[in-house]
Amino acid sequence: MKSLEELEKIREEALKKVDIRHDREGTRIVVGMATCGISAGARPVLMALVEEVKKRNLKEVVVSQTGCIGVCRLEPIVEVYRPGHEKVTYVEMTVDKAKRVLLEHIVNGNVIDEYTIGAVK
Amino acid sequence: MELYRSHVLICGGTGCTSSGSKNIEEVFRAELSKYNLTNEVKLVRTGCFGLCEAGPIVIIYPEGAFYSHVKVKDVTRITEEHLLKGRIVTDLLFKESVVDSKVRSINEVDFYKKQQRVALRNCGVINPEDITEYIAFDGYRALGKVLTELQPEDVIEIVKKSGLRGRGGGGFPTGLKWEFTYRAQGDQKYVACNADEGDPGAFMDRSVLEGDPHAVIEAMAIAGYAVGADQGYIYVRAEYPIAVHRLQIAIDQAKEYGLLGKNIFGTEFSFDLEIRLGAGAFVCGEETALLNSIEGKRGMPRPRPPFPAVKGLWQKPTLLNNVETYANIPQIILKGPEWFAGIGTEKSKGTKVFALGGKINNTGLLEIPMGTTLREVIFEVGGGIPDGKAFKAVQTGGPSGGCITADYLDTPIDYDNLIALGSMMGSGGMIVMDEDNCMVDIARFFLDFTVDESCGKCTPCREGTKRMLEILEKITEGKGTPADIEKLESLANTIKSSSLCGLGQTAPNPVLSTLRYFRNEYDAHVHEKRCPAGVCQALLSYLIIPEACKKCGICANKCPVGCIDGVKGKEAYKIRQEQCIKCGACMEACPFKAIERK
Repeated sequence: MKSLEELEKIREEALKKVDIRHDREGTRIVVGMATCGISAGARPVLMALVEEVKKRNLKEVVVSQTGCIGVCRLEPIVEVYRPGHEKVTYVEMTVDKAKRVLLEHIVNGNVIDEYTIGAVK
Repeated sequence: MELYRSHVLICGGTGCTSSGSKNIEEVFRAELSKYNLTNEVKLVRTGCFGLCEAGPIVIIYPEGAFYSHVKVKDVTRITEEHLLKGRIVTDLLFKESVVDSKVRSINEVDFYKKQQRVALRNCGVINPEDITEYIAFDGYRALGKVLTELQPEDVIEIVKKSGLRGRGGGGFPTGLKWEFTYRAQGDQKYVACNADEGDPGAFMDRSVLEGDPHAVIEAMAIAGYAVGADQGYIYVRAEYPIAVHRLQIAIDQAKEYGLLGKNIFGTEFSFDLEIRLGAGAFVCGEETALLNSIEGKRGMPRPRPPFPAVKGLWQKPTLLNNVETYANIPQIILKGPEWFAGIGTEKSKGTKVFALGGKINNTGLLEIPMGTTLREVIFEVGGGIPDGKAFKAVQTGGPSGGCITADYLDTPIDYDNLIALGSMMGSGGMIVMDEDNCMVDIARFFLDFTVDESCGKCTPCREGTKRMLEILEKITEGKGTPADIEKLESLANTIKSSSLCGLGQTAPNPVLSTLRYFRNEYDAHVHEKRCPAGVCQALLSYLIIPEACKKCGICANKCPVGCIDGVKGKEAYKIRQEQCIKCGACMEACPFKAIERK
């Protein structure tokens, strides 16, 4: 170790590996990952969300999975919980749609109405 | 960079390892590869989470789901349900973490709520075998700051201002010790770490070394800079194989990263560290005996002064601190002495780690701010006494400490309060006793331990503790006389004042404190030949209550010495007291609870 800067570099790199281990208050993105969700392609959606969150360094966002949300025909389903906001349910998600949700909804705060369950029903 | 959506933290502390966490890790590995999740889910073996009672423990992030008592057969379910489908397996979670069928995260569980983790902050959070995880949680930043921004005098001043006192038991102000060693004259100085944790039931230091070995390494390097030493020794018992293994890995990694060795952080400062294994003698926790043992000599104490700060290892000035003391140092440097001094009581700053054991629901490891009351520790963090029994006393300080009774449960825990109660902080063992514990027997147990562990160098300890044990044995066998109690007291006071080292000077404490608070139990043993708690075998008798006896004869069949007479179906059974060996087999066997113990 030659300098503090060197340590800081290692720290920043390593932090990305472990910062999942905190309790967080912020946004929760939940992906339905029961049999129906998985067979409809929820896994790549989940991984895309995880990757985007990492890439954008969104510290207060948790991507998590859940069981069957109940509307299996509309899987993959992604739900977004934000403190102080109504839950938003996105349906028939794909990797590209998920990336758009992350950018427009999570980062910029604009719900993409056309993807939500209300638009499909 | 590898990217994982979920982290599975498996406790690899000694407690959970002995309850099978290693197997669980292997099965997890197999299951993850079966479901093709190895690239999505990361397995991490951590140090102790603290709640050893509930082990083996597995925690899954990002949910923070806290699985307790995990068995190999549960792993498949957790993998299939939680990791694959995202459904937390509620019935396998730690009971308390499910409230109104809502899952709470680990930090909201009662056991953790009152705790404040400084020394244990990384235990159960990082993988202790990966230096980068320690660095991620601010590791080695304190060392960097010290080496590049501070003078040795500044470092000592910070430690002094923090109010940190030795966590090994004595409670000597750490900053002063550093200053003495700094001021001592010598061409060579050493830094040593006392990891010879010997109190029965204590495992604080082991857990720190197993869960966060780099914190101790970093602190020792800081201490080396402050006092002017370039070589350190960690004295740890060979009975702690996991701790030794992780410590060695950590030292090797620190060397590889240039955090130990020459010109650390590009400065003039060089520091190297070695492990010295002890054979597990209790006396080697005493500082002068420990230093002798490091030198390869027989582990026996010598009179002080000179103190190790003046003449320690190989007659050179040596700084010796305990594991937990060191583990606080990096945080004090980073967050400032004011922060640390803001925690705790007027004379005892910061937090203290305790190993909670005995008759308590949440056996385990906890860290609380000084000044927390014993009641909070035992009944809130510890979850109270099992089976609805009544609390009787808590023993702190191990064989050197004493008992504290229910009357003093609201005492805030700090060094001085515990000493005023006739006990001591000690290294942090806390053994809870309920109504079924005989206090005379407890005193006998601790004396038995010190007699075994006395090194034999000075007469008061070698001979005196042995005589005390004999008297205690006499009393528990029902052969004690009133004069024995007086003899115990006078022996205790002599040994206390005339022994060479701390081991002997404190050995009578368990007797003195039980005499102080439970004199009535001693009297019952001596005068009435009765053990009120029903522990001392020689003083018990088993009796069959004639009205309750259903004349089935099961007890007579079970009796190993055939001392129960009666006629099946016709005559109530009776125990011939002269032949009874008081094994209790009849009482356990009786289906009608017709046998009582008095």
